[in-house]
Amino acid sequence: MVYVALLCPRRRSESLLTLSLSLPGRKMVSVSMRSCVLSLLLLNVFYNVVSSLYFHIGETEKKCFIEEIPDETMIIGNYRTQLYDKQREEYLPATQGLGMFVEVKDPDDKVILSRQYGSEGRFTFTSHTPGEHQICLHSNSSKFSLFAGGMLRVHLDIQVGEHANNYAEIAAKDKLTELQLRVRQLVEQVDQIQKEQNYQRYREERFRQTSESTNQRVLWWSIVQTLILVAIGIWQMRHLKSFFEAKKLV
Amino acid sequence: MCSMYGSFRVLLQVLSAQLLCVWVLGSELTFELPDNAKQCFYEDIIIGTKCTLEFQVVTGGHYDVDCRLEDPEGTTLYKEMKKQYDSFTFTAAKNGTYKFCFSNEFSTFTHKTVYFDFQVGDDPPLFPNENRVTALTQMESACVSIHEALKSVIDYQTHFRLREAQGRSRAEDLNTRVAFWSIGEAIILLVVSISQVVLLRSFFSDRKTTTTRVGS
Repeated sequence: MVYVALLCPRRRSESLLTLSLSLPGRKMVSVSMRSCVLSLLLLNVFYNVVSSLYFHIGETEKKCFIEEIPDETMIIGNYRTQLYDKQREEYLPATQGLGMFVEVKDPDDKVILSRQYGSEGRFTFTSHTPGEHQICLHSNSSKFSLFAGGMLRVHLDIQVGEHANNYAEIAAKDKLTELQLRVRQLVEQVDQIQKEQNYQRYREERFRQTSESTNQRVLWWSIVQTLILVAIGIWQMRHLKSFFEAKKLV
Repeated sequence: MCSMYGSFRVLLQVLSAQLLCVWVLGSELTFELPDNAKQCFYEDIIIGTKCTLEFQVVTGGHYDVDCRLEDPEGTTLYKEMKKQYDSFTFTAAKNGTYKFCFSNEFSTFTHKTVYFDFQVGDDPPLFPNENRVTALTQMESACVSIHEALKSVIDYQTHFRLREAQGRSRAEDLNTRVAFWSIGEAIILLVVSISQVVLLRSFFSDRKTTTTRVGS
């Protein structure tokens, strides 16, 4: 609310809390206030909510991130790119020609998302198999001179599972009170914990299978090697004995 | 009756929630660090924010990595070499871009997978209330404490998952190594024993020819 108060000027007679739309016969709200709020909303949507964590990526470089997640988990990734402007010596939002190619692979190395987005993008996918998913990003600069030896700055934010929920949207859609929304958040969190526990059980089973396979292999190969050793020893002695007998040395 | 007023109010709340979300977020990423490589991440932090950097090496080699955290003026706040996992909390003393780097430059051929979690500030409130002047009700404060407890459960689960992944990758590595070395050793055994016999035979064959030549 404080941001709206600071950014949208209003007359003294108005109060933020008692606004109503201009319907015939009802209280009128200033058109400027409403349009200001709407334009702010549009501006916010346009610039997208992206965490300010960023890193640099070269022109042909491919950066991959791994997400180990249970199945039926939604992942939302937001990114925003900036290109280094040599003249102004700072990073400015990238031009329209520059896009990022996003590729997502599931644990069986099957590509589940492979799309090109603009200089700013948002990708979403839901996992169908539990395991390590790989999210790879690389730029698709068609014009070689765009980078000009500099680096591309990529702001990235990946939200997994419960964090991917937009609670404001859910509250608006289902018309929940604050308490109901809090309880909904707790339910989502517990859901995520449950899925993770299931996945942990599956992982532990795999671990156990690997350990048992190692155990078996160690056992069998030790036996085989001992047998080979004994067999080779017997063969060597017999062969040499027959050889020396043939040479009339024995 | 006043549904349009209601929806406009919700619109305002959505906007506020979205705007508030911009300022406080945490980032959690797992990435692969090739050998002899260094990967840096940057974040703009406001003065006075309490931040936590936590990292853990998931797979690769001796499961260690160099980590370094610098403030906007280049002063090193945290520097550790060959660490497997660590957690570092600090309060931002300056405004600006903080940089943290992971380096695998000491390793010649092992790729490492590194997980890090960089929390900046606190989580945003769920539902920014314009008339929040009274304290939370008992139900609401119970919800808040359950939420915090569940967050720590999820955090522990993440750490457990990482440690399990580490153990599992070691076990799978051991499994393949046992297979290769067993086959390799069996082959070496056969080759050495057969060449021993052949060599021994060649000794006796040579001496026989030399003796006959000396004799005649």
